[in-house]
Amino acid sequence: MNAISPVAFYAFAGLALAFALLTVLKKNPVASAFSLVMVFFSFAGIYALLGAHLVATLQVLVYAGAIMVLFVFVVMLLNSDAPSFDLRRTPLLFRVAAAVVSLAFVVLFVRVFKNTGSFAPAGAFTREAIDAAGGNTQVIAELMFSEYTLPFELTSVLLLAGIVGAVALAKRHAGVKADERKGSANVASG
Amino acid sequence: MLPAVEPWVVLSFSSAIFFIGLFGVLVRRNLLIILMSIELMLNAVNLTYVTFSHQLASMVGQMSVFFIITVAAAESAVGLGLVIALYRTLKTVDTDEITLLKD
Repeated sequence: MNAISPVAFYAFAGLALAFALLTVLKKNPVASAFSLVMVFFSFAGIYALLGAHLVATLQVLVYAGAIMVLFVFVVMLLNSDAPSFDLRRTPLLFRVAAAVVSLAFVVLFVRVFKNTGSFAPAGAFTREAIDAAGGNTQVIAELMFSEYTLPFELTSVLLLAGIVGAVALAKRHAGVKADERKGSANVASG
Repeated sequence: MLPAVEPWVVLSFSSAIFFIGLFGVLVRRNLLIILMSIELMLNAVNLTYVTFSHQLASMVGQMSVFFIITVAAAESAVGLGLVIALYRTLKTVDTDEITLLKD
């Protein structure tokens, strides 16, 4: 069990906390989206510190790459990059209550995590064992295609369902504006 | 020299991020920002998995994170598709004005 480097961890954690608050509190959705990118990058750094190199890479590729591009794209597409004052419309009492409850739960969780005793005996995948077996990515790949083959295949079905669902939702419905589009459709099919 | 970071510090940090995301879901009225807050919460849970995976020297946590990231990608694609369909119908992404079932 290797120790986590404190300087790097506190730097990434501070960045992530600051940008997470900005994500939630900023008026402009574009500013929120770019704060969220910074949170994702900080999380990738923390994953790398914890020795999860493949997860760190996936975090940058999938979250900071694909998902955030999707978010920014939709924000631009909906033209909602004007500042929205939705936060101010929430009743003040409700805002204060939400903040107090969230803070209370954080305090509760910190106390629980701090006072939890020792855990179950360590498993087989210590950092030395992983290095001997060829590194984090190799170990995960071997597990994925042996022990976790069924979930892996099911994930592909889920992604297919996601693609079909997203296309079906975002597609312009056939009934809407069918009359005005009939001319161009005839030209296209002819 | 700072002492090495204990796992409970990382777990506390991820719970803080989770509840920042929950706060966002509770107080914001912009659908896009609510979806971003949900992504924050998903990331916090992922970090908890990876921390326990590190602490217990087990690979199960990191495998779960792999599948969660895939599900999160599908979720955000479908969620943003819903937002676009909603915007096309109502010309808004504000939850206060989405009252189709009320009137």
